[in-house]
Amino acid sequence: MSVFDELRGQDAVAAQLRRAAAGEGMTHAWLFTGPPGSGRSNAAKAFAAALNCEQPDPALRGCGECHACRTIVGETHPDVQHVRTDKVTIAIDEARELVATAGNHPSSGRWRIIIVEDADRMAERTTNVLLKAIEEPTARTVWMLCAPSPADVLVTIRSRCRSVALRLPSAEDVAELLVRRDGVEPALAASAARLAQSHVGIARRLARDAGARERRLETVRFPLGLKGITSAVLMAERLMSIAGDEADSSNTERDAAERQALLSSLGLEDGAPIPPALRGQLKRLEEDQKRRAKRSITDSLDRTLTDLISFYRDVLLLQVGTGESLVNEELRSELEGFAAAGTPETTLARIDAINLTRRRLVTSNVAPLLALEGMAAGLV
Amino acid sequence: MAKAASSTALSWRDVTPAPIVLLSGPEEYFAQRARDLLRKQLRAAHPDLEVTSFDAGEYAPGSLALASSPSLFGEYKLLEVSRLEAMNDAFLTDALALAGSGAEDTVILLRHAGGTRGKKLLDTVKAAWPVVDCQPLKKDTDKNAFVSAEFRAGGRRIEGPAVLALVQAVGSQTAELAAACQQLMEDTSGAVTAETVEQYYGGRVEASAFKVADKALDGDAAGALATLRHALATGADPVPLVAALAAKLRTLARVAGSRGSAAQLARDLGMQPWLVEQAQRDIRRWTPERLRICIRAVAEADAQVKGLSRDPVYAVERIVHLVATSVSAR
Repeated sequence: MSVFDELRGQDAVAAQLRRAAAGEGMTHAWLFTGPPGSGRSNAAKAFAAALNCEQPDPALRGCGECHACRTIVGETHPDVQHVRTDKVTIAIDEARELVATAGNHPSSGRWRIIIVEDADRMAERTTNVLLKAIEEPTARTVWMLCAPSPADVLVTIRSRCRSVALRLPSAEDVAELLVRRDGVEPALAASAARLAQSHVGIARRLARDAGARERRLETVRFPLGLKGITSAVLMAERLMSIAGDEADSSNTERDAAERQALLSSLGLEDGAPIPPALRGQLKRLEEDQKRRAKRSITDSLDRTLTDLISFYRDVLLLQVGTGESLVNEELRSELEGFAAAGTPETTLARIDAINLTRRRLVTSNVAPLLALEGMAAGLV
Repeated sequence: MAKAASSTALSWRDVTPAPIVLLSGPEEYFAQRARDLLRKQLRAAHPDLEVTSFDAGEYAPGSLALASSPSLFGEYKLLEVSRLEAMNDAFLTDALALAGSGAEDTVILLRHAGGTRGKKLLDTVKAAWPVVDCQPLKKDTDKNAFVSAEFRAGGRRIEGPAVLALVQAVGSQTAELAAACQQLMEDTSGAVTAETVEQYYGGRVEASAFKVADKALDGDAAGALATLRHALATGADPVPLVAALAAKLRTLARVAGSRGSAAQLARDLGMQPWLVEQAQRDIRRWTPERLRICIRAVAEADAQVKGLSRDPVYAVERIVHLVATSVSAR
């Protein structure tokens, strides 16, 4: 049992991190890059555990059994700080606090470690705050940044970090992980891994939640029913409500629980009037929740559009006849009919239209429904 | 704050001195008029009137009692307190002490622009003293009534069409509308006619985003572009302009492929029946392909006005022109 066991199909990376943990090729800043679902944050976590592991023999570090390993994997170790955001960006004040923390000596372990899981979700101004701290940290501090690709991080940050590039695991690796870790039935695990295109988190959700599988199937079947502008507008509306449902299902409960927790920590009974002096705190929580809701709608729209792209990807593969395996194997006969009716050029143009919309939804504040309508009109 | 307007709520025109008067509501212009009127009445009755102003947000404890206590020379006093919506606790305490009885030889004028801050004080005041309701004018009929009342108060006559023209030209801001009435009364003599209004305010039209969209979907390219310019010149933003166009086209697209009666469709699509009927009339002047192109272009324009293009106004102009020219002639 080792903390690196979780890194399926990333043997090269695991070897590099093991060596560094043993003292060979260690440095103060690391940048973990890889496509969504490749396990960037897990790799960083495993590395952090190996660095602070209590095993005396450097070759055995990252045992996964000692107190340090278990608390780091459970994210409760005092010297390892995880920075992630469920809002659109990491705020500049949070970054300033990090810089202050980074100056502290580790309290129990060998290293103070700061893992920034959403390093791509920082405005340039915010990143600049970290610049000096990452360039010359105190002797016992290690920074670990995670981002989808090196290009998502400011070049001045990138040049100060050692790069760790993870690759997308194969569908078999992901399926095996689902079976081993989550006890999913092998056949279901294989199909979930294939449908999620090897994204571990999404594969797990698809395997566990029948509703998610249904929503996905509805999404990928949309192009089949796309005839004329009316169906395009209705499709946009439906995609929007699918994304909204998905975001709601994860947010509503959490919002209520957070409110409850805040009220009880302020010493207020349920339903008691809130004194004016405390209203500000409640308001801040509501604003945070609103920001998070916006982010989660954008996220689920992004996932929905990724699913939609997989349909056109399969169509393109059939049209050019590469013989690669299809993502949506269940729809093979429909896909073949659709492929025969069009040309690879139009399919590519459609994939571009979806990608353009995805990018705009994430990077600018276009009206989501209108953007989807424009996209659907481009797919007709 | 419609709920707060109790049965004692007055129009600002009818305000008369009372130990405490509350000016409640968001429209600052009416509050100002009521304040001026009250001052004028008090000055006429008490030439030695002493006016003191407070900001309830930066109130120092005791000031109210200090300013309202009887003075050696027995002047009559007017205390004007502004920003009750941001009042501090010291003010609340002092004002509550005074709210029941008022003070001798003193008028306290309270200005609260809305919100629930100081609710206890407001309720106490509302129960005992006159409240002036300062609601903004929202509907055109309210604005017309306001113009007519202004002219009546000035002892002048204005013709019906002139009222409509005036409201259309400068109706979006109450203060501006009132100033226009004032100007017309001072600069002209005799009854004010539509021609007079045209002479003073001609060529100026306050257009809303939806007016621009309506013109564009009417196929009137020149008219739509002119209205767009009016809208931009009178303060409309490109973003809602694009949103208005998008909403119209969305309705068209939803109705386009569906058969059935307007009432049935309205139920199916969850829309107002008259909207569906209008869309069904409009859709005859569209081809599916043109509608498709326009919807794509509107989505593109939305991205452009939100930062993709360096010139958002040009982006709106282009999309308005494209939509207007895509409609077939009647």
